[in-house]
Amino acid sequence: MAVHTNLLKWLLALSVVITLCLPGNSFAQLTTNQVQDWLHSPAATSHVGNLTGHAPDAQYQYRRYCVGCHGELGDGNGENAMWMEPPLLQKPRNFQLGIFKCRSTPTGTLPTDQDLFDTIGRGMDRSNMPSWNTLSKQERADLVALVKHFSPRFQSEKPGTPIQIPPEPEITDDRIKAGQAVFQKVECWKCHGAQGMANGPSASTLTDDLGRTIAPFNFTDGSRPKCGTTDQDLYRIFMTGLDGTPMPSFSDNIKPEEAWDLVFYLRSLMSQPSVEKQMAKKMGLKPVNPSSGP
Amino acid sequence: MRTGYRLMAPALALAAAVLIVVYHSHTDAHAAGTGSITGTVKLDGTAPHQRGIDMSKDPYCVKLHASDPAHMELVEVGTNNGLENVVLYISQGLSGDAANQKPTNVPVFDQKGCMYTPHVLAMDVGQEFKVTTSDQTTHNIHPEPNPMAGNIPWNRSQPPGAAPIVQSWKTEEVIPVQCNIHPWMHGYFVVVKGPYATTKDDGTYTIENVPPGSYTVTAWQETYGKQTQKVTVAEGKPASADFTFKAK
Repeated sequence: MAVHTNLLKWLLALSVVITLCLPGNSFAQLTTNQVQDWLHSPAATSHVGNLTGHAPDAQYQYRRYCVGCHGELGDGNGENAMWMEPPLLQKPRNFQLGIFKCRSTPTGTLPTDQDLFDTIGRGMDRSNMPSWNTLSKQERADLVALVKHFSPRFQSEKPGTPIQIPPEPEITDDRIKAGQAVFQKVECWKCHGAQGMANGPSASTLTDDLGRTIAPFNFTDGSRPKCGTTDQDLYRIFMTGLDGTPMPSFSDNIKPEEAWDLVFYLRSLMSQPSVEKQMAKKMGLKPVNPSSGP
Repeated sequence: MRTGYRLMAPALALAAAVLIVVYHSHTDAHAAGTGSITGTVKLDGTAPHQRGIDMSKDPYCVKLHASDPAHMELVEVGTNNGLENVVLYISQGLSGDAANQKPTNVPVFDQKGCMYTPHVLAMDVGQEFKVTTSDQTTHNIHPEPNPMAGNIPWNRSQPPGAAPIVQSWKTEEVIPVQCNIHPWMHGYFVVVKGPYATTKDDGTYTIENVPPGSYTVTAWQETYGKQTQKVTVAEGKPASADFTFKAK
């Protein structure tokens, strides 16, 4: 009997030592304990305007509205996730990675609280993420804090510095034409197609960071850009890139004034009615010719 | 009471081991002078066939390879079966000081002929590297490290004539890098701590600036994985370590 208990104690001690010696696998999923610990960390708060969000206050809303897709640990593996099949429906976001499409901050940096707040309120067009602006602003601010607490990145990193957007200039024919020249020069058409129909030569082979098929934005079928529809949103989208997707950041290579030209040209491609569209039609603007490349 | 003593034995052993390790790293830190590790990495067997690349998505790329068809670079074998693009680094035994010394050169990763030159770029943690383009077509540079491990993915465009992108990485990792516009463009950033080398086309390498001591050297090849070897470096005399990967 005594031998037995001794043996058990040895085994117990051994297992503790072995567990301690196991290398921490960084690819591993976070555990419930880790996520619980972070719930009350300073990073699990958000500041949106004059609101302060607290992660614990959002737990009820999260369990009611978000957990089905984003999962209990925020890993995007909720019970409904299996029914979303890219490219038709993108998978729910894995909050643990801390990588977000819609940012005002440079590529490779964390989004601001305001960015996350805007995404929750706006929803994601062509996905199962609806707009949550039916929730109060305080509730959305709390959810931002809860989203942040799922990722170790928010524990150690600060959000990037938002890019500066100069005031929007007046729309002119010349600016729309200049925007088309930018579209040609940086080769947006390689994926988005010469007419913005998402049929460029590289469109069919695009995959996101997790290797899942993804389609470029189609400007002509009435879709709304995932990260917002205002002129400022369009400006931000191509300047910061959509992290986690093939859409790169163009801020190194498009100057601010050129960026506005490009926004005007993109508007002229979109099927939604716009001043730019009328102006381009009046000018008789032809689509870019991919074969007349640089 | 008896069990208390029994548990004390492994605890003491553990403490002793920790002391020994601490003592060793302490003495290594005071090692002066530099040596080097040199050798050849070879492939045993016939190199697997490297598939040709269809670049017809971009006529510009096709034109560049009209006389020299492009192929995959998963296993690159040169003269005497030497393996190219193998990264060698010291995975064990380096003192804190030696490991934290950063090289001052800036390695260059060029996009040329719609391929990456070099295909594998090794660098130290925190060492700046440069991404350049020699092509007259737009590329996007999209390294995809594991964001949970410390390095953060980014994705930047580089149209013709664009300025170089200068970046560095925070922690050790083999980071795949790709161009989404040209899906065949695949390469690696191999981020290591301390001195490193990459094999030339004949499979030879030299790791410079290694302080005398006993080390484990690791050779990494993208298809065949890792191999390690124990090496002792004496002052002023190059130590040697040859590796052979078996063809699969």
